[in-house]
Amino acid sequence: MSTRQDTIYLDHAATTPCDPRVVEAMIPFFTTAFGNPGSRNHKFGWDAEAGVDKAREQVAALLGADEKEVIFTSGATESNNLAIKGAAYLYEKAPAGSLARGHIITSIIEHKAVLDPCKRLQKEGFDVTFLEPPKDGVITADMVKAALREDTILVSLMWANNEIGTINEIPEIGALCHERGIIFHTDATQWVGKMPTDVEKAQVDLLSFSGHKIYGPKGVGALYVRRRKPRVRLQALADGGGQERGFRSGTLNVTGIVGLGKACEIAMHEMESDAARLIQLRDRVEKAVTSQLDSCQVNGHPTKRLPHITNISFGFVEGEGLMMAIKDIACSSGSACTSASLEPSYVLKGLGVGDELAHSSLRLSMGKWTTAEQVDYATNKIIEAVKRLRDMSPLYDMHKEGIDLSKVEWAHH
Amino acid sequence: MAYGPKIIEHYEKPRNVGAFGTTAEVKTRKDVGVGLVGAPECGDVMQLQIRVNPQTGLIEDAKFKTFGCGSAIASSSLATEWLKGKTLEQAEAIKNTEIVEELSLPPVKIHCSVLAEDAIHAAIKDYQEKNGQAAKPAEQAASH
Repeated sequence: MSTRQDTIYLDHAATTPCDPRVVEAMIPFFTTAFGNPGSRNHKFGWDAEAGVDKAREQVAALLGADEKEVIFTSGATESNNLAIKGAAYLYEKAPAGSLARGHIITSIIEHKAVLDPCKRLQKEGFDVTFLEPPKDGVITADMVKAALREDTILVSLMWANNEIGTINEIPEIGALCHERGIIFHTDATQWVGKMPTDVEKAQVDLLSFSGHKIYGPKGVGALYVRRRKPRVRLQALADGGGQERGFRSGTLNVTGIVGLGKACEIAMHEMESDAARLIQLRDRVEKAVTSQLDSCQVNGHPTKRLPHITNISFGFVEGEGLMMAIKDIACSSGSACTSASLEPSYVLKGLGVGDELAHSSLRLSMGKWTTAEQVDYATNKIIEAVKRLRDMSPLYDMHKEGIDLSKVEWAHH
Repeated sequence: MAYGPKIIEHYEKPRNVGAFGTTAEVKTRKDVGVGLVGAPECGDVMQLQIRVNPQTGLIEDAKFKTFGCGSAIASSSLATEWLKGKTLEQAEAIKNTEIVEELSLPPVKIHCSVLAEDAIHAAIKDYQEKNGQAAKPAEQAASH
């Protein structure tokens, strides 16, 4: 696929282009097999249902699950909401003599689609622990173990982080939760389709992911809901036609579901070779940047992380100024500073990256069609921009003169 | 953010980037006034330096270094251009609104022009203090 455009796309952790093979698989379901899979009494319904059934098998195969355990949703945000709120409402329990509704463990580096449902539950009377990872960004089973309580009902932790790509100890945490009979949900949006997933081995009860991060369409996702050992129940969030075994009412997004299924099938065959290539590209960027620039660091754990994401902090350069210098590179900026148009990254802040003054960070995430040529162009452009901005930065001068910026009395506004 | 052409022009080709010596050196130079304003955690730090001819009282040269967004860089770059050849009184009279107008700064970037005005005042004050000239009370009152 040609990606020769004016702007180089290095933001695959935000979304990916749809694989043409996915689009091709979807097309008949817009026009000829357009039926409602809920129509059980005619061919149009049966054809649509066949498409959905096939997709369910494709998704289940990628997860190591049974197809009956796959619920189609509108995306990872809905999956996360359904998993977290749906489980909390059904499994709530109060310790004797208490009005509390139960304890939930999550972490401060989760996506907003996990954090906000947890915060809502907190307001509704659940007790929530937000784990804080160490500087390497990895949430370990030991951290979860230390936070477990008698009344813990749910643990929700992402498999891999979207900003820095670090991988949490999901199988170990799954084992721990199963030992204690606690429901375990993982937001695997950045993980599935990139890394081998086995819900049995990882002992996951609920798993969320979406189509558009794995070269599928936007607006579709899935939630894996374990059916045995234990059989996980959820309170549905929407009432209606009772589709998806009652977990998710609403006419199925057949085209999207077919696309998601196809994307999963492709990922199953190609993720290993893709990953090997992406690791090389990622390492190439990091090596070039860290060898040509001082005062920069790669954030997160050096090895326990995804193949395609790198997050690099640059000292003494402001994020918005940097983004302006690399306009033709589509990437994501996670400044730890406050700025008018760039929101500070709570993930980086949580990892203490913002503790050192005046850092800005870039997240570059590569994809299936990213070339070494593109990566080299972007890397050189970034290095050039950082050097130019540092030549203009009074803070970089002060740093070189040995002045400790944290000791300077700044005039705050 | 969509920036106007003048901001982009100053950002890409900033005028008068630099300093009249290291932090320690300029501290001891009586002909140089230094203004350092803003804070790293706010995302903007401007350093503006003026070199004044003690005989004529004119600002002969001005230099800046800025840590910040494109608008902050453009505002300080423009300020150095305007400062050259001005008396301290004329320099003191530069208003942030003039910078906003010249660069067509968007509303969310007005603080950059305020910071540039602050930097001008701070540099003048530094020069005056080094040379035993108290700032005139009228000017101080007018500055805020």
